[in-house]
Amino acid sequence: MIEIKGLTKKYGQFKALDNLNLTLSEGTVFGFVGANGAGKSTTFLILATLLQPTAGDVFIDGVNIRKNPQAVRKMIGYMPDFFGVYDQLKADEYLDFYGASYGIPEAERQKLIPQLLELVNLSHKRHAYVDLLSRGMKQRLCLARSLIHDPKVLILDEPASGLDPRARVEMRDILRTLKKMGKTILISSHILPELAEMCDEIGVIDNGRLIAHGSVAEIQDKLRGERVITVRLAGQLDNTIAFFEEDPYVTNIEQLDANDGISFSYKGTEEDQVILLKRAIMNNIPILSFMEHVTNLEDVFMEITKGAD
Amino acid sequence: MKMNFNNPVLFKELKLRFRSPKSFIGILFYLIAMCIFVFGFIYATMTVSGTSYFRPSESFILFGLLAFIQLGLVLFITPGLTAGAISSEREKQTLSILLTTSQSSFQIISGKLSSSIAFLLLLIVAGLPVYSLVFLFGGISPLDFVKVFLFLFVTLLAIGSVGVMFSTLIRRTIVSMIATYGTMLFLSVVTGFIFLIVLQMTAFNHTGTGAPTTSYLGHILASINPAILFASFLSQGMGDSISEMTQVKFPIWIGYLIFYLSLTVISLLISVKKLRVNMKRSK
Ligand SMILES: Nc1ncnc2c1ncn2[C@@H]1O[C@H](COP(=O)(O)OP(=O)(O)OP(=O)(O)O)[C@@H](O)[C@H]1O
Ligand SMILES: [Mg+2]
Repeated sequence: MIEIKGLTKKYGQFKALDNLNLTLSEGTVFGFVGANGAGKSTTFLILATLLQPTAGDVFIDGVNIRKNPQAVRKMIGYMPDFFGVYDQLKADEYLDFYGASYGIPEAERQKLIPQLLELVNLSHKRHAYVDLLSRGMKQRLCLARSLIHDPKVLILDEPASGLDPRARVEMRDILRTLKKMGKTILISSHILPELAEMCDEIGVIDNGRLIAHGSVAEIQDKLRGERVITVRLAGQLDNTIAFFEEDPYVTNIEQLDANDGISFSYKGTEEDQVILLKRAIMNNIPILSFMEHVTNLEDVFMEITKGAD
Repeated sequence: MKMNFNNPVLFKELKLRFRSPKSFIGILFYLIAMCIFVFGFIYATMTVSGTSYFRPSESFILFGLLAFIQLGLVLFITPGLTAGAISSEREKQTLSILLTTSQSSFQIISGKLSSSIAFLLLLIVAGLPVYSLVFLFGGISPLDFVKVFLFLFVTLLAIGSVGVMFSTLIRRTIVSMIATYGTMLFLSVVTGFIFLIVLQMTAFNHTGTGAPTTSYLGHILASINPAILFASFLSQGMGDSISEMTQVKFPIWIGYLIFYLSLTVISLLISVKKLRVNMKRSK
């Protein structure tokens, strides 16, 4: 659905994007994470046909955005990180204007607008002036606006920034609904856990380079390199230590403070991990629990962006 | 033409414009300015001549002055209306969203321009009753009337296009306003001055020889100055004397039409081309 090939953007001498490659299939919800100034907005601006790339190509549903930006505009719904609204315009008129801008016939717009307002929970603000809406409401209205022409691809630049926790949850629900409708969605954020909850795939960008891309689990795996596993036991502490020490992937064995188990770092794959647990049980080690420590996603994020410098 | 009848930008702009009290205050002041002028003039001529009636020749002068007043007002209002067309959207951060819609650049530019033109036309139409006074007193042919309005329209179209062009090219509305007002002043005032200087110089060079030579520059300057053009409409002698002075027979109204229509077309072409970034490869 989306194919980014060798995308590079220079602002003068400064390389904001450096040979970015990314392929996303239809219906994927892709989370784009990176620190401030990493190049997320720059990438999205290019996808939205608002910025000329220095080199590289982008294909959306097979259409080259360089060759036919007009066709691309019909396929994408774009929500910028910062945007303004017209004053003196009411919420439904706001949607009506953009609907007309996409050439949607009047009758159809009249049907669509209540549905969209309903989707983003703004039905009660239908006749309110848009510049008087709260920031979160404007954000939701802008999301509704980006959906008006039923685009296949949604490009949302930090849609959840400035939203209160409740509105974030609502935004997530809306995105779930959109995902069910089969839309391909790109979302950027600085907050990895937030993205991890709703995305199928995550891309981590740093200094204009895509330094990791994969499913949420893969990213965690790849970036961490090793997992920390805690095993709680009903006795036989010494035997257990001896058993785990033999495994080539196990390092840093430590006894737990309560002396009822051990923890160690593990470098093997997930399949290796399964076999390890099977073998431990066959060796009659009295395991109460075998738990992989979920490293905080924030830590992972800090880890990667630190390492790439 | 189809797009102009179904232009979302045009309809939105008109809606916003007529919701804003500023527009009505603007129309009000425009009409007050015109009325003060007309009644002041009638009052003044009647006091000076000591009569209680108004002669057709005077009403023709009134018509001329009205046309000039309206020209002046339109010249001053048009840049204010158009020079922020695109840049103000940029400043309000609504432009990027507008540019991602599937409207063509021409549609956006023409919508912006025509909404301003529509407002100016409304101003002019609102001023028509004042003209009717002049008709009441007689002395003006409908043709004079049509000519004045046609050229007023051509002028505002061109200045408006220049305003839209500057607001597309320049990020800041203030700077775009300055550039547009600068262009307007150049066309309506500076050209007039240079015209006078050029004429003085050619006249000076040929004192005594008795054979005036042609001055193409002078004629071109006369052809792009709206004030000179209007003057030539209002008095036949004025038009003839320009041709006499510059020794060029080409009627200045044709020159005017050519210049201002080209200015309109070129400005609009540049605006449409520069509105969106060029996604094509740089080389
Ligand atoms: N118009 C511009 N001119 C020069 N440099 C720019 C311009 N726009 C962005 N940059 C630079 O490009 C880099 C990437 O910016 P970008 O806005 O894409 O970052 P981002 O990942 O969206 O950051 P944030 O999380 O803060 O939104 C930054 O270093 C920024 O300073
Ligand atoms: Mg950004």
